[in-house]
Amino acid sequence: MVADGVEDEEKWLSAGMAGLQQNAFYMHRALDSNNLKDALKYSAQMLSELRTSKLSPHKYYVLYMKAFDELRKLEIFFRDTISLGFSIVELYELVQHAGNILPRLYLLCTVGSVYIKTKEAPAKDILKDLVEMCRGIQHPLRGLFLRSYLSQVSRDKLPDIGSEYEGDADTVMDAVEFVLQNFTEMNKLWVRMQHQGPVSEKGKREKERNELRDLIGKNLHVLSQIEGVDLDMYKEVVLPRVLEQVVNCKDDLAQYYLMDCIIQVFPDEYHLQSLETLLSVCPQLQPSVDVKTVLSRLMDRLSSYAASGVEVLPEFFQVEAFMKLNNAIRKVTEAQADMPMVGVVSLYASLLTFCLQVHPDRLDYVDQILSSCVNELSVREGLDDSKATRQIIALLSAPLEKYKDIDTVLNLANYRCIMEYLNDSMRKEMANIIIQNIMNNKKTISTADKVDALFELIKGLIKDSGVETPDEPEDEFKEEQNSVARLIQMLHSDNHEEMLNIINTVRNHVLMGGAKRLPYTIPPLIFSSLKLARRLEGQDQSVTGEDVSVTPKKIFQIVTQTIDALASIPVPGLALGLYLQCAEAADDCDLEPVAYEFFTQAYILYEEEITDSRAQVTSIHLIIGTLQRTHAFGVENRDALTHKATGYSAKLLKKPDQCRAVYACSHLFWIDDHDNVRDGERVLLCLKRALRIANSVQQMANATRGSSGTASVVLFVEILNKYLYFYEKGVPQITVESIQDLIKLITNELRGDNIKSDAVADAFFSSTLRYIQFQKDKGGAISDKYKLIVL
Amino acid sequence: MNFIIEAFKPACHVSVTFADAKHRKQAALKKENGKTEMIPLFRSQDNIIGTVSVEPVPGKKVEHKGIKVELLGQIEMYSDRGNFYDFTSLVRELDIPGEIYEKKDFPFEFSSVEMPYETYSGINVRLRYVLKVTITRGYPGSIVQFQDFVVRNYSPSPSINNSIKMEVGIEDCLHIEFEYNKSKYHLKDVIIGKIYFLLVRIKMKNMDLEIRRRESTGSGTSTHVETETLAKYELMDGAPVRGESIPIRLFLSPYELTPTYRNTNNKFSVKYYLNLVLVDEEDRRYFKQQEITIYRLAESSEQAEAL
Repeated sequence: MVADGVEDEEKWLSAGMAGLQQNAFYMHRALDSNNLKDALKYSAQMLSELRTSKLSPHKYYVLYMKAFDELRKLEIFFRDTISLGFSIVELYELVQHAGNILPRLYLLCTVGSVYIKTKEAPAKDILKDLVEMCRGIQHPLRGLFLRSYLSQVSRDKLPDIGSEYEGDADTVMDAVEFVLQNFTEMNKLWVRMQHQGPVSEKGKREKERNELRDLIGKNLHVLSQIEGVDLDMYKEVVLPRVLEQVVNCKDDLAQYYLMDCIIQVFPDEYHLQSLETLLSVCPQLQPSVDVKTVLSRLMDRLSSYAASGVEVLPEFFQVEAFMKLNNAIRKVTEAQADMPMVGVVSLYASLLTFCLQVHPDRLDYVDQILSSCVNELSVREGLDDSKATRQIIALLSAPLEKYKDIDTVLNLANYRCIMEYLNDSMRKEMANIIIQNIMNNKKTISTADKVDALFELIKGLIKDSGVETPDEPEDEFKEEQNSVARLIQMLHSDNHEEMLNIINTVRNHVLMGGAKRLPYTIPPLIFSSLKLARRLEGQDQSVTGEDVSVTPKKIFQIVTQTIDALASIPVPGLALGLYLQCAEAADDCDLEPVAYEFFTQAYILYEEEITDSRAQVTSIHLIIGTLQRTHAFGVENRDALTHKATGYSAKLLKKPDQCRAVYACSHLFWIDDHDNVRDGERVLLCLKRALRIANSVQQMANATRGSSGTASVVLFVEILNKYLYFYEKGVPQITVESIQDLIKLITNELRGDNIKSDAVADAFFSSTLRYIQFQKDKGGAISDKYKLIVL
Repeated sequence: MNFIIEAFKPACHVSVTFADAKHRKQAALKKENGKTEMIPLFRSQDNIIGTVSVEPVPGKKVEHKGIKVELLGQIEMYSDRGNFYDFTSLVRELDIPGEIYEKKDFPFEFSSVEMPYETYSGINVRLRYVLKVTITRGYPGSIVQFQDFVVRNYSPSPSINNSIKMEVGIEDCLHIEFEYNKSKYHLKDVIIGKIYFLLVRIKMKNMDLEIRRRESTGSGTSTHVETETLAKYELMDGAPVRGESIPIRLFLSPYELTPTYRNTNNKFSVKYYLNLVLVDEEDRRYFKQQEITIYRLAESSEQAEAL
């Protein structure tokens, strides 16, 4: 049936178009032959097609536009006729002889527009006559289009200030009066549309009315374009009259649209100066009107007006815009008890934006808004709505974006109260936004209280809510936790005591995070603590007396406890790394026992927890590297640790790994800037051992594959490099002969028949040789040493 | 008719010319054969002066027993077609019996002729003024020639001309109040008015204003009334709601109206009515008829009025 209806409409439209075009054709002929009588006759017949009741607004518009075009031609003809001496008065009468009202009025408007142009009568009289006569069309659709035609043809002919049609005193008033009247009548027709026809088609009618709304809104636009409408006239005449119509029409669609229209078409400063009038209307609107959007739009506009420059701000203060808006919102929310949460929140969000823009210095206003919002949240339901969520987040983000300073936001007592009403995912999102904001603004947070408050705000990210959340995408979780980690890095105080407090606070929060979060949150905390420890070390001497409460020892205690928390989670690699970091820091602070303890912890982890061979390789290199860098250890401790490390190295599963770990260990026995650690024997031992292992790698390769792989050659070259390194360092046990033997060995290996040449090994070896050559040629002490090596 | 006369009476040609034909205004008159013709226009108390020319066919003579011209005001009922009732009859003898050999002119004059009624051509009746020239003859029969002329009489603007204002309605359905600015309109007048809708419980479709002419002929029991709608002028399109007011502006000039004739020689009367018709969506008609008086205003002042 619906399809039929559409089809029928198409048919009617094309029939109407055909009729229109046919009569337009005859009309053109009459125009060409200068036959006024026929022109009137056929134009009236042409316009009769607009009398149809069968078309929807959309289709009717098509027909109307066609007629509109034709009427332009007719208007030109009328103008020509007048210029040839025909009396405009007579013509004005002549068109009124048409029996049918709709064609008659279209013609009348057309002639009327010519009449105004001739200036034979005051524009205002003609306009008044036209707008009055149009009352004859009471059919909503036809009336709307007729009046919109009138509006269209009269637009450039209003007796505005500065217009050529301006008459004696007060003609602007006439122009305004005319537009207002046309607007009022159009609105009445538009509203009436809703009440005609069967109830079952209500939805359809609403849709159709929506399609037509711009016809009505255009009048307001025209009003706003009238030069003579200054602020006073707007306040005294235009706005009250328009609002009167808005309130009286009692139609929600119209009220919403028109309010929005008023807000959009008139200048901001007019709104500001007439705020009270405009706002007083809001509670009078129908309950179903979306007042919140209206108000929001108004506030958005005012906000951007305020943003346009500081010079306009005094205006805002002068009219007490904030108080007025705040009151209006309160009244509206009181009046509409069943307003959905999203509405309430978006209202406050807009008000907040406005407030931040206009009164950036009034934190009390901001807090006041938040507190109103909290009140609303406590009495209404429906925050689960995703739109409401968006709005809440927008509301909470606004102060962050404005002040770019978390400190300010933390001062808002009600900010946290609102967060309380959020659900988990929203809390998380909000927390992310807060962190992002802090990151972007690069502001550090420097007191423990603030840190506490901040972590309270972002607790959505810090700990589980107790309710089992559905599986969250891994990436997202990682991203979130990484931002928390970044945030921890942003907490900083120059005061050591305070910093320690901060660390403690963070720790308390972070430790509640559970197994999933700790691997992300603990490392930054540890590093932050170590940073403090190093800072203390640097200043220790100068401030010994006063800063007794904060000592590196204390920090290391905390740190140990913190890392212990990781033990429950199977992330031994991470814990090991952290222990080593701590050890190094402790070493820096010359706390040998502490450092030793950390190493011990790391070794225990290595032995007990790290079983994966690959992880072992990584860990052992970490251990070796860290150990190599320490210098606080006494001989005994050092021996114990290096011995262990070397032992671990030799026990790695894969031979090449063994080899590499073992030659790395050689560094543990010769440290340049450490006089106690100069044990050439042990170095040589390590290297020799490495060579042996490399050899066995080669043999194994030969045994299993029938040909020696190049892997061992690479190992040999690597070992050669170690030899060269220590040779350069002047380790006496490293002799020229041993180096030359090794070079020879490698050369043989590479030239061996049964070996496929290996580009990597080749290149590595030849660049090593080049290095030797380079050192030889360089001159100086090192060069002399190198000259002993014969290639 | 002329044609027939010509056929039977080729003997001479008779014509009537008015003395001031060149300057006199003319008016259109619909002839019986449906054609309109421009004919001299007179008003009551005018002098009707002219010449009757008798022109025998060359080579023939016209023998007659006298020539006369009559001015007749006649009313013809179509129910009794061909039977004229003369309410005015004036005669001028033009020639004594004799013979006419060549074209001869006979001037005539009717001074200050009383012509109280206007020329009218209605549905059931017509009123005409005619000059009838009769050349009386014996055996071949008299030669008769007619010359029509139109009479129109002007009235001054009425000194009292009240508006028509009235509230009408159907209880609990429809209440309207309408107002026409005058009760007496001249022929080129404009009807200005307004209709207020005081109560509307009916879905209106449209509203027209009609001008109706009521022509009644005869008298007493044989009175015959004929009503014609001369104008149908749409005032409103669509359904108004309570409180709406719809303007009326109807120009009378495009319509073929005559003045109101209240009682023309006890034979007929012509009256005009404004009929306000409301049509609802079920095509039911609600109407209210109001008589208006139409009068003829002198041309010059008529124009002044129009402006």
